[in-house]
Formats: sequence, C-alpha cells, structure tokens
Amino acid sequence: MDEDWEEGSHRLTSPGEPLTSSQAFMRGHGTYIDNEEVISSVAGTVERVNKLISVRAVRSRYNPEVGDLVVGRITEVQPRRWKVDANSRQDAVLMLSSVNLPGGVQRRKLESDELQMRTFFEEGDLLVAEVQAFFADGAMSLHTRSLRYGKLRNGQLVTISPALIRRLKSHFLSLPCGVDLILGLNGYIWVSKHVKQTEQEGEEAFDAEAVYSNKNDDIDDATRLAVSRVSNIIRILAAHFIPLTDTLLLDAYEWAVEQEGDVKELLQADTGDAMIATIAARD
Amino acid sequence: MSSRVEILNDGGYRSDGRRQYELRDISIDTSQQGSADGCCTLRHGLTEVLVTIFGPREAKMRSQTLHDRAVINVEVNVLPFSTGERRRRARADRRILELAATIKSTFEPVVQTALYPRSQVDIYVQVLQQDGGLLHACVNATTLALICAGIPMTDFVCAVSGGVHSTEPLLDLTMLEENDLPHMTVAVMPRTGKVTLVALETRLHVDRFAEIFKLAGEAGQALHKEMKRAVRNRTSRLVDAMETSMKQPVGGERDVVMEDRMDF
Repeated sequence: MDEDWEEGSHRLTSPGEPLTSSQAFMRGHGTYIDNEEVISSVAGTVERVNKLISVRAVRSRYNPEVGDLVVGRITEVQPRRWKVDANSRQDAVLMLSSVNLPGGVQRRKLESDELQMRTFFEEGDLLVAEVQAFFADGAMSLHTRSLRYGKLRNGQLVTISPALIRRLKSHFLSLPCGVDLILGLNGYIWVSKHVKQTEQEGEEAFDAEAVYSNKNDDIDDATRLAVSRVSNIIRILAAHFIPLTDTLLLDAYEWAVEQEGDVKELLQADTGDAMIATIAARD
Repeated sequence: MSSRVEILNDGGYRSDGRRQYELRDISIDTSQQGSADGCCTLRHGLTEVLVTIFGPREAKMRSQTLHDRAVINVEVNVLPFSTGERRRRARADRRILELAATIKSTFEPVVQTALYPRSQVDIYVQVLQQDGGLLHACVNATTLALICAGIPMTDFVCAVSGGVHSTEPLLDLTMLEENDLPHMTVAVMPRTGKVTLVALETRLHVDRFAEIFKLAGEAGQALHKEMKRAVRNRTSRLVDAMETSMKQPVGGERDVVMEDRMDF
C-alpha cells in the first residue's frame, strides 16, 4: 500500500472509504477508526506525514491557527469582549484587553473603557486581526495590538473559500493600480483604496480618531473603478476555484483594463472564462 | 378513486415502463449556490429537491447550543408548484415538520457532531418537484450536500423506497404507485450495511417486510456507487483547478495523470 502514498501524489477519497490499517498508522483530521481500519470521514485529498494519515476536505469552513491574519465582522458586543464572525465554526472573541486603546499603547483599562466599547467597535464593523489563542472549546481569540490591525474602511469586502488563500510572507498587498488588499486566511478579503505607508503607521503618535473612525476618506472615481475591478476579478478566480496569487491578480487586472469594457461586464460568464483562458496561457 | 392504470402489467412492466427492481434515473448537481457551504440538487425521475448547508457556524439560538457537540437544524420548504394541484403549504404543516424531524434523526448518528461543540449545522431542503419518494430524495441530497460542505460523516447515507403490489415487491415508487401501494423508505450506510432510517406510514404485511427491507438495502448499494462517483468527480475537478494554477508549465499532461491515479 505504501507506494501510492508518495510525496506530492494526490489520492482522492470520500466518506466511509477505508484508507489503511490503524495498527501501522495514526489517524489525523478527517478520519476515524472502526474495526482497526483508518476510515475517511470527508471527501478530499489524503495526506500523510510519516505515520499520520489525514484527509483534507476540498471546501470547508476556516480552520484557525495561531498567528493567522483574519478579517472579521463584529456581530455582538458583550461585557469586556466583542464577538466576531470570521467564517469559522464559531464566532471569534476579541477581548477589550487585546485592542489598542486611545491614549498610549501601555495604558490600564478603566471602567470607562468598558462603558464606551461601542465607540471602538460596533455591531457590523469590519476589522483585521490576528489569531492570538484558542479557548478550551476551540473558539479563537483575536488581537489587534499592532498598528496594522484594526477597523477597516475605504473599501469593500469579498468573500471566497478559505482553501483558495495560501499562507504568504505578507497578507497586506499593495497593487500598483492604487488598491490595497488584505487577504484574510479565513477567506474574507478587504479591497480598499491605497493608503500611504506613513499615514498607516504613525508609530509613536497613535491616532485613535483615525483608527476607530467610521468615516471614509474621499475616494475618487478612478479608485472606485479599480477597487470594483479587483473585487470582480477575485470573484471570477474564486468561481473557477483558482487560488489567489498577486501575479495572477495583476495579470488579470492588466487583461481587464485592456478589454476597455464596463467593470460589471467582467462578471458575465463568457468574459470570465475568456479571462481565465488568457491568464492561464500567459505563464 | 383508485387508479385505472395497471401498477404492474402482465409483462412485468410498471406504469412508467420500468421493471420491478429498476430505479428511476438519478441526476446530481453539486455546483455552488450563493454563499452556502455545501449544496446539491438531486433528481430521482421527476422528483427534484435542492439542499443547501450552512455551517458549522455560531448557533443562532443560544438556548439550544450544546457544549459538547453541534446542533443539526433542518428546515423543509415545499414549493407551491411542486405538486399537481398548486397550493401553498404553511411552513408549520405537520407533515413537513415530521419530514424535517425524520431527516434530522437520520443524520444525527452519521454526522460527527462531537467535533464542533457549541456550533450549529443548518440544512435547508427545498422541494422543487414531487413525484413519489420525497423522503429518500431528501435524504440522498442531504448526504451529498453535507459531503460538499466538508462536514465529517462516518459514511454515506443512501435511501430508497420500496412497496408491494399484491405479493410483488417494487423499488423507487412514483407518486402514482405510492398512492395505491403499501410502501416504506429505508436508508442504509453502505460500508457497514447499517440502517439509519426505516419509515413506514402505511400498513404492510409482516411477511413482505423482510423482503423489501433486504431489497432496499441492495438498492442502497447501487445508489451509493452513483453518489460516490458524483462526489469523486467534484473533488477531482476542484483539486485539478487548484493544481493547474499552481504549477502552470505541466498543465497539458496532468489530466491524464489524474485519471490514472483515480482508480486505485
């Protein structure tokens, strides 16, 4: 049986399919043991690391790991914590103690902070954060204790399958067309107007007004077009189940500009197919 | 008003031209529907259902969350144009609620809910067309939709209905046959042959029960092959799509290689 478990090979499986004997191998995610056999419980690809057999489902909800960058939406304000929808199996928790508060990074939390939590984040607000830890029941705890993290504005959210986002060196991308991207590992992508690096990181002077502001900056028509063009390209790539990379995005963006059509025309099926064919042929 | 149509004629054919043990043709579509995590449109002959799965996700009703496993919530909606005479059923219709409860109890032992404490899995069933075998179509479509959503299950659940005409057992009844004959629905898990659902709403002679039960079990195995093929196709299509963009240069040959790897 060992031959077809080589590195890089893909063995597809579906629920209830016996994989191997449980005496020689250990069971990982996506499998269970019955009658001394390791049996798959999801449809996907079989993966083996030494003696550990696991099955990765092709499409599933986001499985968080500590250190992951996620984009989320506040669903609830609770005592000393926010609940955040992050496309996971449970809502994530953002503690009041793990956000930057106005008036210095090293500041004690006061009761008055608890009372005005809605001035920082309200229900429906979008934010970018990092997975800090897990609770006993598997729910994740987030933190925004960096100047790169925090409330999101000046853009729009695109949702795709988490499987299509790979771990990258940086999940903050800046495209030359004046668009910033935040690729949340949970499949939520924030597409926004480009903000200058110096404005983004005020280092010493942490400007609470700007960080927790609910007002958009002025966005000119060209940027609006670019933002929606990039969003539509992401949607098309996701519909064809193609993992996002920055080169792919740029190729597609160039192609879309060459077409000179309306941005919304991109979403028509034949335009999308033509785009995929062109960028696949390009490299 | 009993039907004037012969259920089983002298030549051994049924009203729609099938043999006794022949199943209706089945078609499966697992393409993405909106923002659902998993979905499946399934047709057994003229019966058509659409199942969408949302979850596992944060439970909407906090009072119903379980701290050690996920809650399964099933909602069934029968569309007014799905039957011969057009009528709007109330959402709280007793028969519909019972159908939902049956689907829920069929899947509770199969889905590994213990992996998702405090979450909820929503199963929304839309009945688009009815021509008999509604319950088994719903069960089969739900199985496929759950698999598409990547929710761990111990096995497929394959359901078939069966009935008796005088002493002759029939499989996969149409609406016309269902109205006249005693019938039951059986759902099996193909790997172990365990049964997760037996639904019997009419009176059936005890001597005929074992016979139909066994036949339905075998028909479940046949359906399993069909469902497994649909799942396999979808998985390989998605894996392929992800592969192609990753290593572009060898794009042309890969399809062939995949085919080889598929039958092991």
